[in-house]
Amino acid sequence: MKNRWLPALTITPSLVLVGACVYGFIAFTIYLSFTTSTLMPQFELAQEIPYYRLFRLSTFALSAKNLCLFSGLYIGLSLLLGMLMAILIDQKIRGETPFRSIFLYPMALSFIVTGTAWKWILDPSIGFERTVHLMGFPDFVFDWIKDGDMAIYCVVIAAVWQTSGFVMALFLAGLRGVDTEVMNAARVDGAKGWDMYWRIVIPQLGPSFISSFVILAHMAIKSYDLVIALTGGGPGRATWLPSVFVYQYTFTRNEMALGAASAVLMLVAVSIVVIPYVRSELRDKTQA
Amino acid sequence: MNRSANDRLQRVLLYAVLGFLALVFLLPIYVMVVNSIKPLEEIRGGNLISLPLNATIEPWLQAWSKAQIGVQPTGLRPYFMNSFLMVIPAVLFSTLIGSLNGYVLTQFKMRGATLIFGALLFSVFIPFQIVLIPMAKLLGELGLAGTVKGLILVHTVYGIGFGTLFFRNFYTAFPHELVKSARMDGAGFFVLYWRLLLPNSLPIIVVNVIWQFTNIWNDFLFGASFSDFSSYPLTVALNNLVSSSTGVKEYNVHFAGAFIAALPTLVVYVVSGKYFVRGLMAGSVKG
Amino acid sequence: MKRTIIAGLVSVALAAPAFAEESVEVLHWWTSGGEAAALGVLKKDLEGQGVKWNDMPVAGGGGEAAMTALRARVTAGNPPTAVQMLGFDIQDWAKQGALGDLNALAQKENWDKTVPLALQQFSKYQGKWVAAPVNIHSTNWVWANKAVLDKAGVTTMPTDFDGFLAALDKVQKAGFIGLAHGGQAWQEATMFDGVVLATGGVDFYRKAFINKDKAALGSDTMKKSFDRMAALRKYVDKDFSNRDWNLASAMVIEGKAGFQIMGDWAKGEFLNAKKVPGKDFLCFRVPGSQGMVSFNADQFGMFKVGAGAQAAQTKLASAIMNPSFQSAFNVVKGSVPARTDVSDKAFDDCGKKGMKDLAEANSKGTLVGSMAHGHAVPASVKNGFYDVITQHFNGKLDSAAAVKAMVAAAE
Repeated sequence: MKNRWLPALTITPSLVLVGACVYGFIAFTIYLSFTTSTLMPQFELAQEIPYYRLFRLSTFALSAKNLCLFSGLYIGLSLLLGMLMAILIDQKIRGETPFRSIFLYPMALSFIVTGTAWKWILDPSIGFERTVHLMGFPDFVFDWIKDGDMAIYCVVIAAVWQTSGFVMALFLAGLRGVDTEVMNAARVDGAKGWDMYWRIVIPQLGPSFISSFVILAHMAIKSYDLVIALTGGGPGRATWLPSVFVYQYTFTRNEMALGAASAVLMLVAVSIVVIPYVRSELRDKTQA
Repeated sequence: MNRSANDRLQRVLLYAVLGFLALVFLLPIYVMVVNSIKPLEEIRGGNLISLPLNATIEPWLQAWSKAQIGVQPTGLRPYFMNSFLMVIPAVLFSTLIGSLNGYVLTQFKMRGATLIFGALLFSVFIPFQIVLIPMAKLLGELGLAGTVKGLILVHTVYGIGFGTLFFRNFYTAFPHELVKSARMDGAGFFVLYWRLLLPNSLPIIVVNVIWQFTNIWNDFLFGASFSDFSSYPLTVALNNLVSSSTGVKEYNVHFAGAFIAALPTLVVYVVSGKYFVRGLMAGSVKG
Repeated sequence: MKRTIIAGLVSVALAAPAFAEESVEVLHWWTSGGEAAALGVLKKDLEGQGVKWNDMPVAGGGGEAAMTALRARVTAGNPPTAVQMLGFDIQDWAKQGALGDLNALAQKENWDKTVPLALQQFSKYQGKWVAAPVNIHSTNWVWANKAVLDKAGVTTMPTDFDGFLAALDKVQKAGFIGLAHGGQAWQEATMFDGVVLATGGVDFYRKAFINKDKAALGSDTMKKSFDRMAALRKYVDKDFSNRDWNLASAMVIEGKAGFQIMGDWAKGEFLNAKKVPGKDFLCFRVPGSQGMVSFNADQFGMFKVGAGAQAAQTKLASAIMNPSFQSAFNVVKGSVPARTDVSDKAFDDCGKKGMKDLAEANSKGTLVGSMAHGHAVPASVKNGFYDVITQHFNGKLDSAAAVKAMVAAAE
């Protein structure tokens, strides 16, 4: 390396752009969350800190609760289903390519398209329930999407459908990269079938879990389009997530300071979950 | 005797489960396609799963070139170009920057490399709503407001995080001996990158291209906010087709339009599926 | 020699034409059939005057996505020439100093005399005209399927709210759905406009929804309004949640339901289905709110643009206020003209009734801005009210709790 500064120079543009457009904007938002901003940013500090108002709003608590419920189920089910599909496909089946494409294609669709398609399927009067009625089971009920307590699970269904194929691809790649020697040794020792997977293979899939987790968490944050297309935030306010809350207050309700405060809290929540997980992964990598 | 019967049963079960999952996964697209060739009365009266009685291609023609998008009945066709003009450069830049970052973070002893990587990685979690106003100000100052160039810049910046993630993990696993011997042969900074690493990165390039292409192609918020009448992308046009507040809702045209808009990304996914898995295998998942 | 000729021709060709091309960029959310076509009339009109129309449509939810895009545009210093806006949004942007001044044109065309005063409150800021109104919609309407009513034995139109509930009951008992409704917050709020007018009258409505008077918001009259919403809830079918408003109208059109409480944009659905007012469907004010009109108006806010673009902007504003455009556009849209001096010849019977009601309410002072559509309280309070109304309708709050929540939301 003749020029010792080249590496640093190369990465500088990214640092500058990300520094300004991500961390700079986050700082701007944190500042806004203490101001009187309504329609547009105002730089005058508010008498009553918007965070206090935030905690008094029932829709905020509801959004937070929904986020925990949604993320937990979404990430958990996507990981589970993704891994299951990867294991199934890894069994030397015929037609791996078509199966893989079928499971993977939902990721190509935008959240808006996914939400709209699933809104139709889950609608009792024209979708699944109606079809089962017409098949001769008139008492079948599946109206979760119209039920205030169950609608959030519909969002989970649509979201898991969209991304579990991608998780499957990540796990499939991980499975194929598992050390064959270790597997052969285990086979010699008599390990078989599910036992083999459980004790040998899955523990080696750590990196796949991490990558999947990052991608799933990223999608969970971005869920605004999906919720709006699928349920409109309803019934009532039942399916509000923080992304919906931030959008509503920042733009629709002309309460930018409150929206900024909720965005900051959302970031804090994400950091608490994501940073430790990613740090451990990075530490492993540098040791390797 | 028992064992082979057992194995056969397991195989049958395997295909049964896969088949069932495949049906569930195909359901929404089946619904979209089937209802996009039905005349409107059949959709209103009938149910979603049934096949059309009087199949018609008219909704597709409407969505492509005749449907009302704004004041003009142009269909979605004119907006494809705007989306391509925005997506292709952004994906190219994102791949270039991501690969350079990955290269620099893994092949050189850099102080704080882990911290830098962590900072770049964390940037993928920023909610886009808080970006809107400050970025609009920035674009205005740069004179890029309402232009395709502005959109390219925005998408490139927010693609740096994932791009760096993919390439950095890939290059971490790159055979160290190859790099060492190339260096001993006198390969400099750019030669090492351009002649050794990048050509051997095809799988992860595919992963990055797919990911960035999909995200940028499907973006709505930035497309609606940072464009003007001459540069707004396909997602905005699709939204105009599908979300009009009043007037008769032609659901068959909406479904046809949604499918047409999704075609490029679907093609990208299906065509490169094999490379995609290979790329993930070679890259982000090995320790 | 050839080169100089070519150079000469090229320079002539590149020289500016006799008049520079004027253009306007219009941000709006009218992207479907009828209204887009009506807006197309305006576009052609302007093109005839040499002004190019650059269309920037952003559909969705009564302008939500468009307003978000607008924020970015203004922040970037690149606002459109004119933007479709409702009620308080116009005032909010004017406060930011983003809107231009139309007084010269307004005086020339005498807008002060022809536009209802209640509407002017939104079109003007500190005495200056900042927006050109396109239409006046009204929210306290009921739409009914005549055949269904006949079959259910509802022969006379209810004139008060209890009579309305009785009629709903008859329709329900005859095997139809009483009230076709789409469970979205704004639709429930639209019903609430009519219910409050019917329960408390114009003065109560003003106190509660325009003045945000806590006593009014927390009163028994408000509680009675919520009780009436709960009563209406009983006549709604089980799948109402998140249903689009036009699908609810379709239920009435197809004879599945008897009534729908909705603004007069619903009329377009009936007309599109080739139904005739008076014969196939009936239009009347929410019983108990006759003589009162809760309105909302679409206006084009004119943004501050450079001196070069102002001529085009003025032409646009003038074209919008032109009586023939007002008539042509509103016949299609289901609303009534924003000027009181437009002839009602081209309108159908419901439109004629709407124009008559408006003129009457304007002169008697019973014309009030719709709370549900941003013409009574600003967006933050309006959405706070939405939260209460929709949660109450969905059974998460009882009437007493709802009333308390309304008071809290008004802060």
